[in-house]
Order: sequence, then C-alpha cells, then structure tokens
Amino acid sequence: MLEGMNVDYDGLIPNNVGLSEDLRVRKALETWHPGYIDWWRDMGPEGFQQALVYLRTAVSVDPKGWAKFDYVKMPEYKWGILLAPAVEGRTIPFGKHKGEPVWQDVPGEYRAMLRRLLVIQGDTEPASVEQQRHLGATAPSLYDMRNLFQVNVEEGRHLWAMVYLLQKYFGTQGREEAEELLRRRSGHQDTPRMLGAFNEATPDWLSFFMFTYFTDRDGKMQLEALAQSGFDPLSRTCRFMLTEEAHHMFVGETGVSRVVERTCEAMKAAGIADPADIEAVRKLGVIDLPTIQKKINLHFSLTLDLFGNEISTNAANAFNAGLKGRYREDKLADDHQLLGDTYPVLRLVDGKIAEEQVPALSALNMRLRDDFVVDAAGGVSRWNKVIEKAGFAYRLTLPHVAFNRAIGEFSAVKADTMGNILLADEWAAHKDDFLPSADDNLYITSLMQPVHETGAYAGWIAAPKVGIDNKPGNFEYVKIHE
Amino acid sequence: MTAVARVKQHLIDPEICIRCNTCEATCPVGAITHDANNYVVDAAVCNFCMDCVAPCPTGSIDNWFMVEQPFTVDDQFGWNELPPRPAEGATESLEAIEDEASALLAEAHARAGGRARAPATASKPRINLFNRDNPAIATVTGNFRITAADAESDVRHIILDFGTVPFPVLEGQSIGILPPGTDAAGGPHAMRLYSIASSRDGERPNTNNLALTVKRVREPRDGGVFQGVASTYLCDLKLGEKVQVVGPYGATFLMPDDPDADIVMICTGTGAAPFRGFTERRRRTSSTVRGKLLMFFGARTPQELPYFGPLQKVPAGVLDKELVYSRRPGAPREYVQDRMRTRAGDVAELLRRETTHVFVCGLRGLEDGVEQAMSDIGRQYGIDWPALRARMLEGGRYHAETY
Repeated sequence: MLEGMNVDYDGLIPNNVGLSEDLRVRKALETWHPGYIDWWRDMGPEGFQQALVYLRTAVSVDPKGWAKFDYVKMPEYKWGILLAPAVEGRTIPFGKHKGEPVWQDVPGEYRAMLRRLLVIQGDTEPASVEQQRHLGATAPSLYDMRNLFQVNVEEGRHLWAMVYLLQKYFGTQGREEAEELLRRRSGHQDTPRMLGAFNEATPDWLSFFMFTYFTDRDGKMQLEALAQSGFDPLSRTCRFMLTEEAHHMFVGETGVSRVVERTCEAMKAAGIADPADIEAVRKLGVIDLPTIQKKINLHFSLTLDLFGNEISTNAANAFNAGLKGRYREDKLADDHQLLGDTYPVLRLVDGKIAEEQVPALSALNMRLRDDFVVDAAGGVSRWNKVIEKAGFAYRLTLPHVAFNRAIGEFSAVKADTMGNILLADEWAAHKDDFLPSADDNLYITSLMQPVHETGAYAGWIAAPKVGIDNKPGNFEYVKIHE
Repeated sequence: MTAVARVKQHLIDPEICIRCNTCEATCPVGAITHDANNYVVDAAVCNFCMDCVAPCPTGSIDNWFMVEQPFTVDDQFGWNELPPRPAEGATESLEAIEDEASALLAEAHARAGGRARAPATASKPRINLFNRDNPAIATVTGNFRITAADAESDVRHIILDFGTVPFPVLEGQSIGILPPGTDAAGGPHAMRLYSIASSRDGERPNTNNLALTVKRVREPRDGGVFQGVASTYLCDLKLGEKVQVVGPYGATFLMPDDPDADIVMICTGTGAAPFRGFTERRRRTSSTVRGKLLMFFGARTPQELPYFGPLQKVPAGVLDKELVYSRRPGAPREYVQDRMRTRAGDVAELLRRETTHVFVCGLRGLEDGVEQAMSDIGRQYGIDWPALRARMLEGGRYHAETY
C-alpha cells in the first residue's frame, strides 16, 4: 500500500496528513475538538448518543480501505482528516494559471476568496446535522435510522475537513472561522447558517429523503467543482468527501423511491386506479403521489437558490483564479479559460422568461446549476420507472427553474411549476397546488411513527432491495438498548 | 452435447445504482462508463481488480454473471433492470473471479452430486478483493499446534491479522496463500486454498483477523519424504512474519444466517476448520439462535483430532458433537458414517425439516461414506435420500467440500 494511504489512528484525530509531525495544526485542532464534541452533543442527533450504530468508517483512502463497518457510539465516531492521494505532477486545470503546477500553499492574492469558499462550504456541513437532529425519534426502521446517523457523522467529518484547511492554511483568521462554524445555528434568528436552504426545517422523513436527494446533491456539485481546484489540498479533500457524499445521494434517491414503491403497492392492492384520488390513497396510510410531487417542487426550488445569482462575478473570479472549476472540468473539452465564450442562461426580460447568451465566465453558477438539474432528473426518471412498473400513468417531474425562487432573477416574480408567470392573486389561489399545504404536512407528520423492530418498516415505506454492507433483512443496524 | 465456454462478466444493477460516479472515478483501468441512463462496465476492459466494489454506496456494483457472450456496453445502457441470471452449467458457479482459485474450488465442490448453491439465508459474500497482482499482507499473530505433541499428525492453528486493511469474510469461505519463492520451473508457486476457521468478526469479536487450520503435509513419496510447499511454509511461520493472502473465495459453502436453521456438520481432520467458524458464529449470536448444530467429526485418535481440547469446552446447548476415532488402541475402528448410523433417528428427524442444512468437509472419499450412511438412514426411516439430496442441493442446503 502506498504511503499516505493508511490513516493514523493513534492520536486523538485520525488522519493521513501527518498530523503527528505538524504540532501547530495538531494543537489547533485539539483545541477545537472539545468545542466540536460539545456542539455534537448539543446539536447532533437528539437521543441515541449511547446507541450502537453500524457505521462505516474509513481506515484508508485506498479504495479497498475506506469502507470498514462496525458498531460505534456516535460520539466515539472517528472523525478525522482524510485527503485523497496526491496526483503526481498535477497542474492547475483551468483559469488564468492553467498549466502551472498546483499550489500546495495558499497564493497570497487569493487568500480572502479561498477562505470565503471554505467557510461557505464548511457552514453547510454542521447545518444539515442540526436540521436533521430530531429525525431519529421517528425513524421508519433501524435501517433508515442507521442511514440517517451515517449521513450525520459524515457531515460532521466534512466540517472537520474544512476546519483542517482553515486551521492549516489561514492562521488566526482560520481559527476564528473554525469557531464561528460551531457558533452559528440552523434556523436561529440571530446567528443563522449562511445559506437559506440550510435554515429550513427538516420536519419529517420524506423531507429528509428529499433534502439528501436534492440539497446534498448541490453539495455534490459544489464538491465536484472544488475538487478541480488548483489549491491542491482543497482538491484532495473534496475528492475524498465525494466518496462519502455518494452515500447521502443513495439515502435520498432510494428513500424517495421506497416511498413511491410502497404507495404504488398499496394503491394496487386496494384497487385504486387514480393516483390523484388523494383521500382514498391516504386511507391506506401511505403518501399519495401528488403530495410527493409537491415535496419535490419545494426541495428542488429551495436547492436551486443555493447556486446563487444567474450572473455572478464571484464565480467568474474564482474560476479565473483557478480556485473553483466547473462540474468535472477534467472531462470537458474546451480551452478551460472561457474568455471569449458565451453560455445560454434563462433570464427575466421585460417580465418574461427568455434565454440569453451571456459571457460564459459570468454564467458559471448557471452552468453548475444546469448540470445539477440533469443529475437530479436522473433519479426522478428512476422513480417514474417504479410507478410505471406498478402500472400507473402518473409521472413525477422537476418544476421549472423559475418556480418558487428566493434568490436570483426569478425571485422578483411568481411562476407556476411549468414556468408560467402568475399574478399575485393567482399564486395565492394555487400555491397549495404546487407546494405542501399545512394539511399535507399534518398528514405526513401523522405517519411519522417510529419502528424499532429488527427488519420491520413503517407502513408508508418499502424495505430496501439490498442491505447496507450486504447485511440480511433482519440485521440490527442500531442497537438502541445496550 | 458440447459445453459452451462461458466467461465471467461484471455488471451493475441499474435498479439499485444511483449513478453517483464513484465507481467510474475509482476504476484504475477506465472500464466503467455511463450515459444519461446507466453506469456500465466494459467487459473487454474490466480486469476484476475489485477496486470499485467497496466504495459503492449501494451494493449495485457487486454482480457477476457467467455468460456465453458478454453484454456490450450498448446493451447495458438500455437496461432498466438486470437481465435474468443465465442458467449456469453443471459445475460452474461464481466462487472466485480468477481462474486459479475458481478451478481449485470447482474441484473441491465437484463431488456434492450437483451444482453448488448458497443457502438462501447466507450473507452475501465478498470475493476476490485481493489477487496475485495485489495481495493483502497479513501478519502472523498466532501459530500453535492443536494436535497432541506426541501425535504423528502436526496440525496448527494459525492466526493472520490484517491490521487496518479490511478483509471481510464469511464462515465457510476460503483464502488463498501465496508461498514465497519459486517452483522447480522458476515460476511462482501455485496458490493453495485454506478454509477459514474463525467467524466473520475475527478470532475475538471485532478483531480484524482470521484463523486457519493447517496440517503439515509430510509423506513418503518416490523413496523420499515429500513436504508440502504451502503447509510447510505456513506451519513454520513465526509470530510477526508477513504472509501474502488473496481472496476471499467461495460463494456457496456458506453458513445460513437464519437462526432457526439446523446444521449437520460432517468432517474429518482439518475439514473441521469451517465448522469451527460456524460454531463460533452460533456461540456469539446465541441469544437469538434456536437452530441445532450437530457435528460428526472423525480422526484417527483423540490426540490427532484438531481442537480436541477446545471442543470439550463448547456447551452441549450450542453444539451436539460426536467425535469418532478410527485408530484408537483397543477400540474397534469407527468412522463418521458409522456414528451417523448410530444416531440415525436424530439425523432422520433433522432431514425431515426444511430448515436443515448438511455440510461435508474433509478428505476426498468422505462424501462417499456419508452418501451410503444417508441412504441407509433414508431406507430405515422412509426418506428417499437421492430425491431429498437433489432438493437440498437445489435449495442450497447440501454442501460438500473435499480435497
């Protein structure tokens, strides 16, 4: 096995970055550690801190070694600093420094910009743990509970990943930012998290699945863009984070898919032919497809806001500087500098939605967002296959990008899910057709009853096709009482 | 009829895959690609290195088909689900990805009377995580004799620790040992397979090690003394020495996970290795287990019976054991099949249950003795043994591994 692949588990902080020789950073992280544990106990999963959870921990960043499963109490999870192996001779892949050797230290001129990128990415990680902290109490199965906690500890580790970069490369300022990351709180009136979608509640498990499907997918896109960075430690950090992020995508996609599957199965068994017959479907104790569609509308539109403004000089600057690339920049065949290029962007022109060619550099947010939409559509088509297989004509869709927006050009208007601009009273009259109503949410909440029996699942969700780590159906993923 | 040559093909289950790109990013040879619909493996490029298997968050990556004609990349792009698993030949089953280990296991399983199938409730095994090009390096942390010091037969219990490298195994699987050095022709020594003698979570719960039961092969041959290459190497290992390990292998001779499953274990000599794993597994999950373990274990003398001492300490509630000796001074020769006949009533009762699994492991020839005993017991108790055996094979409930 190559040097630097194996993780040093001897110290307080598991790592493959030689922390035992780097006294300054080790001290900084060890000083930060108690505050992190306090944050985890205060704001991490409520209850279950003493439960034994069957979790995956990386023991090496080599493909064979990063999925070791074992029972762990969450506060004892080995949060560590893991970087993907360095690529020999790597050069900056894009922007005005394209072709120069990658930076192993922060270039002075980009210090502030890079710090900002790290803090924004870092802030989302603890935020989602805070948003999901009450869900353990209503887990539809031990399997789902385990998946929730796996997502939570890995978001915690992603916070560590960003904090390491801040403390290693940004001195006092970095240490202060690291403290601030523990101080902000999702949804808090005075000290909220930095981005809107991370201050929304995740009140039920369907929301959790939608969040991990859509919002964590924004995380994936951002990590993919940062994994291209000319600042090599950031690139290596993000590359390893992506392997963990994939599990979160899995929880979201299969979670929604299992809800859809169970609903179709129940409708079929009861002889219901019309999925829009909400009253009849709800009598079966499952979540009707139109309500699932509304949840998609909500979480998709909230997530689009995370990509920022349609036209952005920040994004252009970060790209020019070689700090943040495009989605899978290494697979794109162009000049990777985009100086004379244009990119089509949907904009609001004279109150109408129209496509405009804009300079490609200032449209980078939209380009990433478009890649996100394509990526997100893949799972929706899988969900539709489940519905199709069950013999129903209903189809789930992604709403128009102008729908329900709070950031960017479309925040100025109200649009329906097809992208038709609505007057204020039309919107008010139809809002509940597009987004979950208070009644919809009450109904979903009524279904959220915990199931703790090994191998059993709540009535509104199907069992998974394959267990975690190839475990059989009756495996006890969480030992609640020990 | 001419047998059609089949090849192994690595496939991704599109119903379970979430298109996260982890496999494509991990694959060192660029065998994995995707379109808007599916992630697929190019059969012409995949070299079965297994690097993509552990990082896959879904388990969709872990599918291996025996096919006459590999599915093309375009075939796979069009799938909504995996095609039906092709009917497998009489002796083919996917116990290992590489031919060397595959051939050894096919040979060991050839005398069960039909194609081997895994018990329905067995955990899904991982196979071929390490191969000749990329072996796992284990450290010897134990090597002690488990036959009496004065016995002719030198059988050793060897513990191999994998440190921080995950080496996931199931009870009943085997590993391959690559002895160092070269053979007479100057090539690497052939791989030797050994059954794992510990349970899936290690010698003690949650240790990353496994145990082997190895008999030193030392026999007169061609006027001299033949010493087995691998067994001599293993038996002489000192603590702290490093060993090259490949595998794990085996996807059919596996313990059922069903706590209600009754298991009849018939073995001689080092054939006891997998059953030590089974017994340990049952002992560790004892609070939920209701199924019975019945063991028939033969050796020449008590001194030569591996694990004689430790076996005495296993509670009767966990293991119902019959130790049988063929060369005990002053006693008539008795073989496992004789003792099975003595316990015919109990064996027949177990055979009538749909939850019963029979495993045979030991030297070649053992399966013939067992076959005769089973037929006799069947006649005595009105059970059509050949028909039952066929049904048990079909359901993954009858297994023989002999060498």
